[in-house]
Amino acid sequence: MSETADRVRKIVVEHLGVEADKVTEDASFIDDLGADSLDIVELVMAFEEEFGVEIPDEAAEKITTVKDAINYIDEHQG
Amino acid sequence: MRRVVVTGLGLVTPLGGDVETTWKNIIASKSGAATITRFDATDFQTNYACEVKPADHEYGFDAGKRVDHKIQRQVDPFIVYGIDAAGQAIEDAGLTDMSEEERFRAGCSIGAGIGGLPGIESESLVLEHKGPKRVSPHFVHGRLINLISGQVSIKYGLMGPNHAVVTACSSGAHSIGDAARMIALDDADVMLAGGAEGAICPIGIAGFGQARALSGGFRDDPTRASRPWDQGRDGFVMGEGAGVVVLEEYERAKARGAKIYAEVVGYGMSGDAYHVTAPHPEGSGALRSMQMAVKKSGLNLSDIDYVNAHGTSTPMGDELELGAVRRLFGNDIETMSMSSTKSAIGHLLGGAGAVESIFCILAMRDQIVPPTLNLDNPSENCAGVDLVPHKAKERKVKAILNNSFGFGGTNASLVMKAI
Repeated sequence: MSETADRVRKIVVEHLGVEADKVTEDASFIDDLGADSLDIVELVMAFEEEFGVEIPDEAAEKITTVKDAINYIDEHQG
Repeated sequence: MRRVVVTGLGLVTPLGGDVETTWKNIIASKSGAATITRFDATDFQTNYACEVKPADHEYGFDAGKRVDHKIQRQVDPFIVYGIDAAGQAIEDAGLTDMSEEERFRAGCSIGAGIGGLPGIESESLVLEHKGPKRVSPHFVHGRLINLISGQVSIKYGLMGPNHAVVTACSSGAHSIGDAARMIALDDADVMLAGGAEGAICPIGIAGFGQARALSGGFRDDPTRASRPWDQGRDGFVMGEGAGVVVLEEYERAKARGAKIYAEVVGYGMSGDAYHVTAPHPEGSGALRSMQMAVKKSGLNLSDIDYVNAHGTSTPMGDELELGAVRRLFGNDIETMSMSSTKSAIGHLLGGAGAVESIFCILAMRDQIVPPTLNLDNPSENCAGVDLVPHKAKERKVKAILNNSFGFGGTNASLVMKAI
């Protein structure tokens, strides 16, 4: 697993209070990890802080799985 | 009017994460006061308070027991304390498995005086230093006072009245009194009622300090700081935590064979209409509040065995309350006992009235009244009143009076009796 993936998973575990092994790359934040729309806003903020990227609202709306987040960050990180 | 009884209790206090631990420590004359650990308060008006202790402490609170990790992160401590105390109470009452029909008739009235001050403080700093796009999306609903009632209703599916009282330090007592009326007036059959607070943070200590309300002279030994009616008292010690009771319509409770702790028989309310922080100089608001509660109860003053005083350990408030109690009871003051448990757990502000109501209920259960700690040299006007100095006292306790008074000149009194 990439370094980005590791850091993303850590943030998800911390914010959603879920078991680490449930945070697979295919896991959907809402359907599999019990997040609601505000939790996703919070997660996106945490990703922005952690990786120094900006994730505009229209991009954030498309981030529904762990893999979506990792891909976006890898594509946009300085 | 329908009769209302108490069938469940829940406590989170500086002396325990549950009812029995707290009560054991109260009766053993322990103090929950210590140097503040949440932040460095060295340069503040005071550097001590009665904090709820961490889970690994001898009488600590384990937030993880009843509150999801995610919710703990999103909300202020007062909400966490409130959810847990409500959970304890509904478990104690044996009402966690109510049918949908029963839950339509079960509600929440859990208030607070101040609400999410620590979170308001910390997120304001985020706004200042990082800008609006870094403020938590959970900021608002993680700080609002009615969000204990909201969270608890969601957790247990309670679809009856959803209410939250905000009357400063009278919130807990008003919450119980108002909820009892909702049951008496047939708006609900079951109510989770009480109050919580968690305002031990820099702006909270600074604010109350600047209002000249806090004790500050006992840095060497904070356990001596809260000393209601003692000549050396110099202000209140801030506490935190929550108290929640299950109130239930009497016939319903009896029919299901519930354990009945007490009946709520009297409730009085008044306003001082005098000053925002100072009590009325003749204690007239306090007196009228108590008079109304006693009148509604149908009891004689000689029936009331124990008064849990507001007794915050402020120079003016303690004297005025005692004067009002003296006028109310007349000669009957000689046979009752009155104490302030704020001497042990500090002032829980919006949680105080609820936590202290539970102490009153336990006093009736165990026939013992809790002590007033640190009452070494009582003020002159204390003569002839049993203020239960230092040590708990076994005695008959069949009926109680509980007082709470708040900033804004808001007064609440509750009378309960054993069944």
